[in-house]
Amino acid sequence: MKLTVNGTTHDVAAPDDMPLLWVLRDVLGLTGTKFGCGMAQCGACTVLVGDQATRSCMLPASAASGQSITTIEGLAANGKLHPVQQAWIDADVVQCGYCQSGQVMSAVALLKSTPKPTDADIDSAMAGNICRCGTYPRIRKAIHAAAAMGEKK
Amino acid sequence: MSAVSRRRFIATSAGASAGLVLAFHVPLVGRLARAAEPAQPKAALPPLNAFLEVGADDTVTVRLAHSEMGQGIWTTLAMFVAEELDCNWSQMRIEHAPAAPVYAHPAFGIQMTGGSSTTWSEFDRYRQVGAMARDMLVRAAAAEWQVSPADCHTENGAVVSGTKRTTYGALAGKAAKLSPPAEVTLKPAKEWKIIGKPTKRLDSPEKVTGRAQFGLDVRFPGLMTAVVARAPVFGAQVKSFDPAKAKAVPGVKAVVQVPSGVAVVAENFWAAKTGRDALEVQWELGPGAKVDTDRQREEFRDLSRTPGAVAAEAGEVAAEAGPATLEAEFDFPYLAHAPMEPLNCTARVSDGACEVWLGTQFQTLDQQVAAEVAGLKPEQVKVHTTFLGGAFGRRATGSAHVVREAVATAKASGMPVKVVWTREDDMHGGYYRPQWLHRVAIHTGTDGLPRRWDHTIVGQSIIKGTLFEGGLIKNGIDATSVEGVADSPYVKRAPVHRVALHSPELPVTTLWWRSVGHSHNAFVMESLVDELAHAAKQDPLDYRRRLLAQHPRHLGVLNLVAEKAGWGKPLSKGRARGLAVHESFGSWVAQVAEVSLEGDQLRVHRVVCAVDCGICVNPEGVRAQMESGIVYGLSAALFGRITLKEGRVQQSNFHDYRVVRINEAPAIEVHIVPSSEKSGGAGEPGTPPIAPAVGNALFVLTNRRMRSLPFNLSAAS
Repeated sequence: MKLTVNGTTHDVAAPDDMPLLWVLRDVLGLTGTKFGCGMAQCGACTVLVGDQATRSCMLPASAASGQSITTIEGLAANGKLHPVQQAWIDADVVQCGYCQSGQVMSAVALLKSTPKPTDADIDSAMAGNICRCGTYPRIRKAIHAAAAMGEKK
Repeated sequence: MSAVSRRRFIATSAGASAGLVLAFHVPLVGRLARAAEPAQPKAALPPLNAFLEVGADDTVTVRLAHSEMGQGIWTTLAMFVAEELDCNWSQMRIEHAPAAPVYAHPAFGIQMTGGSSTTWSEFDRYRQVGAMARDMLVRAAAAEWQVSPADCHTENGAVVSGTKRTTYGALAGKAAKLSPPAEVTLKPAKEWKIIGKPTKRLDSPEKVTGRAQFGLDVRFPGLMTAVVARAPVFGAQVKSFDPAKAKAVPGVKAVVQVPSGVAVVAENFWAAKTGRDALEVQWELGPGAKVDTDRQREEFRDLSRTPGAVAAEAGEVAAEAGPATLEAEFDFPYLAHAPMEPLNCTARVSDGACEVWLGTQFQTLDQQVAAEVAGLKPEQVKVHTTFLGGAFGRRATGSAHVVREAVATAKASGMPVKVVWTREDDMHGGYYRPQWLHRVAIHTGTDGLPRRWDHTIVGQSIIKGTLFEGGLIKNGIDATSVEGVADSPYVKRAPVHRVALHSPELPVTTLWWRSVGHSHNAFVMESLVDELAHAAKQDPLDYRRRLLAQHPRHLGVLNLVAEKAGWGKPLSKGRARGLAVHESFGSWVAQVAEVSLEGDQLRVHRVVCAVDCGICVNPEGVRAQMESGIVYGLSAALFGRITLKEGRVQQSNFHDYRVVRINEAPAIEVHIVPSSEKSGGAGEPGTPPIAPAVGNALFVLTNRRMRSLPFNLSAAS
């Protein structure tokens, strides 16, 4: 199957039912996308398919063929971090960091659809991403900051 | 090496079947450890090269003897070095040290991370490392300029004398040829420029770009992935297995029996998991099949009515005391740690060498166990510590079972393998916070304060049968079972008191879970004291102030949290506040939770937290750890429960082992009490007070006392 990831199209030999997560990690070597639960409960595996935040652990890779897939590795452009990534650094969000690829991708998707999200928008868009370190208050703060950065541009 | 040689550290192999037996002195964890520590003779300075490297490119690389698992020591230990070395923050590079005796924990004697101990235990060593390097760089510059070292000073990563200025990188080669100083003088606190200042994490850039390497991310040519079929009940053994269906899965390379079960080794995770799920294994179940946590609670209840081992006692507890003011029973379930990164370990075994890669809290034990399984000496085993995707105690197993299994799989299959646990494997895998039951009877005096406190605790010892037994079990009392009760200021001020303990031995494996005994003991103590305050018709804050009148650090956090939370001020309708204070791991924490309840929908809106952790090295890091501890404890208070029926764990993933999500997380404010006392812990002390603070607020709303976790809200409304 053909998969377009971060702007590059790969010819991938993998079983049709292999979840996109494992194609990204084990076949393409893009380990920034994480395995957390395997049943779309925790959001650690979140990537963008088109502009949609998508749990890659349950999506057969074949279903994403022909669409544009963005992973955490593809977010920074021309050596410059995405505003969400920068906001994450500024707010000192990360702790163990394992869930943060997924958190960042969900936040990027939220800001694409809702450039100026309310707390309720954030709750609704980010509730699928678990963080056991409890970085939620800082995630909220960083999303608002990233939204403000986007506004300034 | 002095820190190591001072400790008794004896490793003896007791044969493969019995496993490696290690015996060493591990002082009591946390605050207990420090109380037990004798005044130590002045230790020799650390071997500089093991901890620090100044590059010709002006980078300063710090090697961490401890593991970064979210708690922020990647930044804190670098702050210590940078403070004494006077270098720029942008020069700092951090890496995990390999496993070696030189990296042993200064207080605990093995290379490990736990007990909220990294900052206080490394407060001197990493500052010394910075000061030693500075001394050598200054001497190198002074020699070159033919001036006295006393005429040189350092700033922003350079040595300066008059108009001369040379960066550390340009001096590094010459400095390395000098002998390290025999002693160094550390900066007095008033000259600190970095310690005590809110400092941003150094690991953020790699963690927001996906570059950070966790155990699960280890890759190299030829590496296979294994998924293991493990015992369906605790203690079960493989009777037989048929590998045919697993081997038929494309990509599966081998199916091998290992001590923990049957491993399916494949080209990638998906093939290994598909193979494992297809595998047919017959098990000899054994007594583990009988475990039933409901029945176990009844057995604990019966035990709690019998005399246990005495952990603390004063006065005539046996004397007839008449009806108690308050009698209560509390119970707590097993809890899984559920870190975001499922357990995993990569192992490569070849002739005369073994390498393992994993996120671990116990490098020394991993190295010992890998050596035993591979048939090598520990120094022939390289341990590569990756970032830990959360740990909370789960990656600190004395048995090093994750490593044992990975090395056994690599050895049996003849291939380098990464053993990956699925979330379900992780959730079913034991090493839980134990199930607990408390029985308490309290008599108060005419002043409303406790005069007799009789307290019995029942639950498995996490220490018994492990290598920590010698250090942590004294006279039949596992110190971690009774911490926060046996040494509670509430108990100790009661002229008549007794704390007793039963430690039943059961098939379910147990382990330390963020804040260990304090995770349940603080809930009991702070719920009881709150209840006593209401019984005495006193304000819960004032009542605690009276009980803790001789405890200034308790009072300090109580007063600060009360002020910041607006204790006693009116709240909007339907909301209530609850208070709790608890000392653990050398730090004092008080919290006020503001909650509402609609039907059985509990909402924790706001938590105000005050912490006294002594010298606060990185206030931003301490704030983050308080936030983290609160959310972690709230998950357990609201949802956390592992139950077993017929030996089977009934939860499997985040849908039935719920944790707090962003829409359920409170706003959190953290306030830090200024202090020049010795630093305490930060990773764990934020957890114990949150459940009782919320429970006490619920009482205000419902007039019902919560005596079990997680809260049973349908019974409360």
